[in-house]
Amino acid sequence: MPAPAWLAFAVLAMFASAESAGEIPFKDRRSGFDLMSPQTQAMQADDASNPGMLWVIDGERLWQESLGKAGKSCASCHGDAVNSMRGVAARYPAYDERSKRPIDLSGRIINCRQKQQPAPPLARESDELLALTAYVAHQSRGMPITPATDPRLEPFRDKGRGWFERRLGQLQISCASCHDDRWGARLGGSIIPQAHPTGYPLYRLEWQTLGSLQRRLRGCLVGVRAEPFAYGAPEYVDIELFLMSRAAGLNVDTPAVRP
Amino acid sequence: MTRALVNVPKTATRGEIIEIRAMIAHPMETGYREGVNGARIPRNIIKRFVCKYEGEEIFSADLFPAIAANPFISFTTTATVSGTITFEWTDDQGEMQTASATITVT
Repeated sequence: MPAPAWLAFAVLAMFASAESAGEIPFKDRRSGFDLMSPQTQAMQADDASNPGMLWVIDGERLWQESLGKAGKSCASCHGDAVNSMRGVAARYPAYDERSKRPIDLSGRIINCRQKQQPAPPLARESDELLALTAYVAHQSRGMPITPATDPRLEPFRDKGRGWFERRLGQLQISCASCHDDRWGARLGGSIIPQAHPTGYPLYRLEWQTLGSLQRRLRGCLVGVRAEPFAYGAPEYVDIELFLMSRAAGLNVDTPAVRP
Repeated sequence: MTRALVNVPKTATRGEIIEIRAMIAHPMETGYREGVNGARIPRNIIKRFVCKYEGEEIFSADLFPAIAANPFISFTTTATVSGTITFEWTDDQGEMQTASATITVT
């Protein structure tokens, strides 16, 4: 539903005179989990009530499923994900030698399936891809985010920072306008979080399903009335790379639940 | 294939009140939405949920379009005997999905 015009003007007025408060100091960094209601926190914390676990158990099944000409499953090469995938999500996006640029976890899964099994590529935002990504990322739950330190990633991280700080769309609002300068305040009825991607893919009550960070970023882009990038666009990966370095030290909580 | 999470205590003492929780992956399509071509998306919701304890029905519920996707149902019962607790969800397309859990009562 498009926002009414008065809201757009109110938001514009709110941001027009803004001076940037700059980056959030390390000691003040808080996961979106901490800003949620106790009820939503309880929903996430209990695996029997966390709907994201439906995708995680599905991902566990897909991990074992043999596919393609080679008749291999993820497990044929990677073994038990509980050991082999532990900590992987905490350090993604990583540098991809083939494309000479950063790649996110879902992108890696797509490539791996196409090259190794080989099986038809999974579409972005498909239930299968979300399930596999959630299953892999779930193996890092509770581990602190430790961004990859490969120096070849630096230019892309800077690009991601550029997008984060750049005013976009008809409303001319940047990510930083809300998530650096006004976190903890309210936009409409919702508390503005610091935008740390700790729990993706995550279950949003608004979506009533699991979704990727790219879907979330599209939501914000549409919100400021900018043209969103297509799913799988390199810009999203650059932004994710920057967001993960910004969230360094916070714990992975995939599959998270967010309002 | 059923994608469901059911939660039953593994053990209980006879006469103890136990909490049972069941969640199933289901879109709960209301029938009021339109697709990209303007065509109405047909209603597909879970209409009925039934829980049986050793074959005896102990809890059931009728569900309606206003219930969110992936419905979560929680209720209590009294542990009487060791056995199997089965869960059945039936949707508009007539498809029944099932799950089960076992409990040991001492």
